[in-house]
Amino acid sequence: MTRPALAAFCLAFAMPLAAQQTMPPAPFAYRQLEDPAQEAAAQELMETLRCLKCQSQSIADSDAPMAGDMRHQVRIRVAAGESPDEIRSWLIQRYGDYVSYKPAVSATTWPLFAIPLLLIAVAGAILLRRFRKRA
Amino acid sequence: MIAELGLAALWLAAALAALQMIAGFLALRAGNASELAALIRPAAIVQGVLVTFSFAMLVWLFAITDLSVKLVASNSHSLKPLVFKLSGTWGNHEGSMLLWVMVMGLAGALIALVERRLPERTMNATLAAQGVVSLGFYAFLLLSSNPFERLPVPAAEGMGLNPLLQDIGLAFHPPTLYLGYVGLSVAFSFAVGALLTRQVTPDFARAMRPWVLAAWIMLTIGITAGSYWAYYELGWGGWWFWDPVENASLMPWLAATALLHSASVLASRDALRTWTIMLGVVAFSMSMVGTFLVRSGILTSVHAFAVDPERGTFILVLLGIFIGGALLLFALRANTISEGERFALASREGALVFNNVMLSAILAIVLLGTLYPLLTEAFDVRVSVGPPYFNPVGAIFAIPMFAVMAVGPLLRWREDRIDRIGKEVALTAALVVAALVLTSLLTEIGLLPLLGLAFGIGLAVASWLPLRGRNLARTPLATWGMVVAHFGIAVALIGMASESAFTKERLAAIEQGDTATVGPWTVVLEGVEPVAGPNWTAVQARLSARYGDGEARELTPQSRNFWAPPQQTTESALATRWNGQLYAVVGDRSPDGRWQLRLWWKPFVTLIWYGGLLIALGGLLALIGRVLTDLRHRRLAARIAERRADREALA
Amino acid sequence: MSWRLWVPLFAFAAFVGLAAYQLTQPKDDFVQSGMVGQPLPYFDLPPAMDGVEGVASGTFADGEPRLLNIWASWCLPCIAEAPQLESLEQQGAKIVGIAVRDRPEDVAGFLAQHGNPYTHIGRDDLSEVQLAIGSSGVPETFVIDGQGVIRYQHIGDIRARDVPILLDELEKAR
Repeated sequence: MTRPALAAFCLAFAMPLAAQQTMPPAPFAYRQLEDPAQEAAAQELMETLRCLKCQSQSIADSDAPMAGDMRHQVRIRVAAGESPDEIRSWLIQRYGDYVSYKPAVSATTWPLFAIPLLLIAVAGAILLRRFRKRA
Repeated sequence: MIAELGLAALWLAAALAALQMIAGFLALRAGNASELAALIRPAAIVQGVLVTFSFAMLVWLFAITDLSVKLVASNSHSLKPLVFKLSGTWGNHEGSMLLWVMVMGLAGALIALVERRLPERTMNATLAAQGVVSLGFYAFLLLSSNPFERLPVPAAEGMGLNPLLQDIGLAFHPPTLYLGYVGLSVAFSFAVGALLTRQVTPDFARAMRPWVLAAWIMLTIGITAGSYWAYYELGWGGWWFWDPVENASLMPWLAATALLHSASVLASRDALRTWTIMLGVVAFSMSMVGTFLVRSGILTSVHAFAVDPERGTFILVLLGIFIGGALLLFALRANTISEGERFALASREGALVFNNVMLSAILAIVLLGTLYPLLTEAFDVRVSVGPPYFNPVGAIFAIPMFAVMAVGPLLRWREDRIDRIGKEVALTAALVVAALVLTSLLTEIGLLPLLGLAFGIGLAVASWLPLRGRNLARTPLATWGMVVAHFGIAVALIGMASESAFTKERLAAIEQGDTATVGPWTVVLEGVEPVAGPNWTAVQARLSARYGDGEARELTPQSRNFWAPPQQTTESALATRWNGQLYAVVGDRSPDGRWQLRLWWKPFVTLIWYGGLLIALGGLLALIGRVLTDLRHRRLAARIAERRADREALA
Repeated sequence: MSWRLWVPLFAFAAFVGLAAYQLTQPKDDFVQSGMVGQPLPYFDLPPAMDGVEGVASGTFADGEPRLLNIWASWCLPCIAEAPQLESLEQQGAKIVGIAVRDRPEDVAGFLAQHGNPYTHIGRDDLSEVQLAIGSSGVPETFVIDGQGVIRYQHIGDIRARDVPILLDELEKAR
């Protein structure tokens, strides 16, 4: 159910013209890396990192300056040889799990992974019960 | 004057809903027909008329930009083009809530007017249930979200509508979505009515089916339209993000799809009674939960409405009463629903049970992922759950479902053997494996897109197999509907996989006259000019795009500045070919004079939405088929009754 | 079979309970920094305008606890917190500022209008330091102890009631 949005939505995609910072975007905010493999890895990572100033968008989908700065960081680190997982951990160390759209298995997220397994078991049980009785 | 008329109509409609509710429940208890029972249908019909009138008044107020009404002053502007003034009626919380109750009222009126196939008692119970739910939402509107509230002093000028919503997509997306979303209330009321009167029968399923189909078709169109709108409007080419509000529209769709199939089984084979009732309740419950999540502000989303915990509490109470009540009724009464006919594992019913279980599992996953951040926040921990979770975990259940979807329609009812359809199964399996092998040899794409592509191709062929050996001219329309809808799923799947795997992106900062390339396209920046619109000014880039050696096409992406409210948006430009779309966006100019250009080449991305439309078309064919069959049966029954009467008269 | 029929109702009740609880909680959009308790990462920023000194991580490791204020001239709440920063400075707090994405002229203009409570002001054009210490917006204020370890984070503008809290945290960091 998609809904029209409020000012918060505006801030995510389009900057209000008042109180706008005027510095140019970071060098690699809108510039791709030369090496296509590196750029692909960076892009994949950026699509799973959260823009902290937006209302639920990845940094790959946002024009917010901070998202641009984060993209810059991701790209220069990938170019410098860091692995995407290292960069993700670096960000999680600073902002917590909130910054990553890819939940890792941990003390706070284990139900997210346990419940699908439970669902598989329940689905299997339902199907077995129904058909073993009837066979 | 107009606002007061609209408000008065709304109060009257609410009163009629109350009458509908009371009369319905009294009639239920009294047993045989009473005077009160005779009022139920007329009450529902007049209620529908009144609430539509009320909505029409609100639309009128927006059309003339009556700035003495608070809602118009905060959401409209006199310079807005008329079409956006009108669609702005539902571009806000109160207006869209009024749209919600209007659809509910119209749905109730329509069943009251048209539905004659159920025993009168069950109809009364159904209309009573519809009345209860409507009453709750009328109360919400009238007591906490009055759309007709006046300002003590009329505003000098309106605050305007969010520029991102000033788009033709806004005209289409919410109304179709609501027709679907809220149309499912009919299924809910039917399920409650059937539980109350213990009438879970094939007749009940046959009666409910067209209503579910109609709501489901609109919901499919609404979601498809919303996805396409987000794709071209937001400037990044994304078409689904598992955002909480997007999920809030998907969950009812998943439940409704399962309900559709379940009701079909109940109608033709008198099996899956409990499933059908459960799904009927769940589908609309998901709609209501979705409304709550979006309007209460407890979840962060780009789509979220006014953050107002007070309104959220009101809706939560309504939810507690309606969903809690229905689920309680289910727990108490479902035991009395006798088990229907039996069937074997390898049978069409078996395949449909599998389908139900898988769809319900996916629904549970989406619900879990959407609500999980809410749960952790109660412990002061913040997590984000997004595509990297939903895609793979959903696929665990979706892939087996697609496999069964390919062969299920070929199975016979009640009992069948897999080896009877051995050839078809082998063909489909061979296609899937061949696609898997070829694609992984020729390209390097991730596992999920690979599976999606392979199963999409397999399903695309398999969906037509049920027509094999049939006289096509005499195949029922409903069967055509099934084939087209399943084919639509395959098409959409191929589109999604292709977009995910083969999209090429190019960010370029170029000067006028320079070239950028993306995939097989060559794009030249011919020039950049200022342009102006009714309530905006923009910087427009003129691009000349050429596919390979083909002819050059002109694309004009814009970067727009609105002033009421002040905001900047990007308008993307699309060049569509049979094999995909070029997506172009112009950004800011860097200090050295070069323009930021964002280009994407998305092969076969349009299949996603064509697939969605095909699914809806399939549903429409099935709906028409069923309605025509039903009319034919009624005419036949009427003629038989007439003949019998004649014979008796002669005797 | 019958107990299974109650599962949906109980699941729904759990949801209502959770939602009801969350509705009572104030909406909190802040992202806490995970670097509280960690030492400041190495950085060295140029001055934000003429006539002031830049900021480096070394500025903090001299035994004296300081406040680190992340701000910008284009940030409206920063105007609101200027008097509180003034008050903190007068009460003995040493405040180091980092201006995020700001031009020297704008920095100078802002300080001329609202006062300059800073001992050093660095310019962070790419939000590098902001990202490195886990700050997600402006304004934010950190308490850094004498060894350069981040001890406390205050998100948002400083209100009058936050001034004693910050002074207290500064004392604790001593």
